[in-house]
Amino acid sequence: MKTLLPFFLLGLGTLLAPAAYAQTDLLGQLEEQTTDPQKREVVAATFKGTHIINSQSVETPGKGTMAFLIQHRFGTLNSGAYNFFGLDQAVLRLSLEYGLTSRLAVGVGRSSQEKTYDGFVKYRAIRQTTGARAMPVSVTLFASSSINTLRFNLAPNEQERTTASRLTYAYQAQIARKFSPELSVQLMPTLIHRNYVATAAEENDVYALGGALRQKITKRTALTADYYYLFPGNTASNFRNALGLGVDLETGGHVFQLHVTNSLGMTEKFFIPQTTGKFFSGDLYFGFTVARNFTVKPQI
Amino acid sequence: MTKEGRVSFFSTSIIEDIEAITNTAAGIIDLSTNQFAFAVPIKDFTFKRTLMQEHFNENYMESGKFPRATFTGRFTDASLAAATAPGSHTFRAEGDLTLHGVTHRVAVPATLELKNGQLQAFATFNVAPADYNIEIPLLVRENIAKIVRIRVVLIADPVATPGSRSAVAN
Repeated sequence: MKTLLPFFLLGLGTLLAPAAYAQTDLLGQLEEQTTDPQKREVVAATFKGTHIINSQSVETPGKGTMAFLIQHRFGTLNSGAYNFFGLDQAVLRLSLEYGLTSRLAVGVGRSSQEKTYDGFVKYRAIRQTTGARAMPVSVTLFASSSINTLRFNLAPNEQERTTASRLTYAYQAQIARKFSPELSVQLMPTLIHRNYVATAAEENDVYALGGALRQKITKRTALTADYYYLFPGNTASNFRNALGLGVDLETGGHVFQLHVTNSLGMTEKFFIPQTTGKFFSGDLYFGFTVARNFTVKPQI
Repeated sequence: MTKEGRVSFFSTSIIEDIEAITNTAAGIIDLSTNQFAFAVPIKDFTFKRTLMQEHFNENYMESGKFPRATFTGRFTDASLAAATAPGSHTFRAEGDLTLHGVTHRVAVPATLELKNGQLQAFATFNVAPADYNIEIPLLVRENIAKIVRIRVVLIADPVATPGSRSAVAN
């Protein structure tokens, strides 16, 4: 009973307080009038950019914002001093992404690997919210198609490759949750459909499950990781799961993302079914993504 | 009182002008006791650039931790009852301004005018982000002004509140 007394007094105090301060506590009155228990707020900035490392994130450029991305991968770190530890080799992807609405974004890109053009659509179907009847996760739906535009040196009895045989499609649901201002996690069930595969042992459809996370270490820097698990049996046995580890550095209008990964390609059709590097044997490609945002249509 | 007050701010530097606006500021002015209170939800500020808005919330104002800015205090130099006379009148609003979790005592000149049964209040004043522990990284230091100009426009409807009757109703 003795231990309960302070709580009792505290309770009494809170009961008496509103009456005592009713005359002067205008801010309290204001808060009472403006606090809406039904109000839901969208959780913003689950990830810093539209890309994590290999994977795209649930984020889209804001409405009326154009993002210009430069993605770069050098050669493998274990390729020796002769290749300057990979820096002699470079693969590039340039892309533009545009937010048509706050939910819908479109993008185009060009990878130097296999001279590939890609186009994609991203739609933020569900957004994580706080407040009453909070939505625990954000879901963004992603679809892309890519075309390989390499010239082929055909063998005498080989068929010319048709346009259809050059196409690859990727479909993905990105499911993310920002657990705290620092920690965000994303899952990405993915389907890749290849119209043309190199050998009979490979399937046209490849299923994969990706996972990614972001942990902030300061207000403007964060550690990132992403990983894709290939469901067995759909690709030839020399292809591996893609793993990437990185750092996000943010300055005014830029986000710099530095990373190492065992994948050379930077779009889904490359890094999911065609990753050959062994991460822990040092087949690591050092790479970076730089995103610059331009405001095409100001919000106000 | 109002829940739809307009608050905007401007930062002007050699490199760029930054502007943001919200129409969800809440304010209450008690003409009988000379007191006032304002609260502005930080997340509701809209910027021209979406990325800037994200940075404003995530990095500068940390709106997850400090969701609103408040200003409370009283008009010190004269009785607010004078505001009910026709025309606009200038008063000195003195009180505690809380931004980013930091409170400073400030005095702001405010103009009040009673028009069509509504109390209109206007004020412009300056705030230095550094005073409120708002850290600006070196790389963008030239882009953001040392002093940010804040403009407040409130059009308040009369209310009868329990305990203290708003004199606007008179």
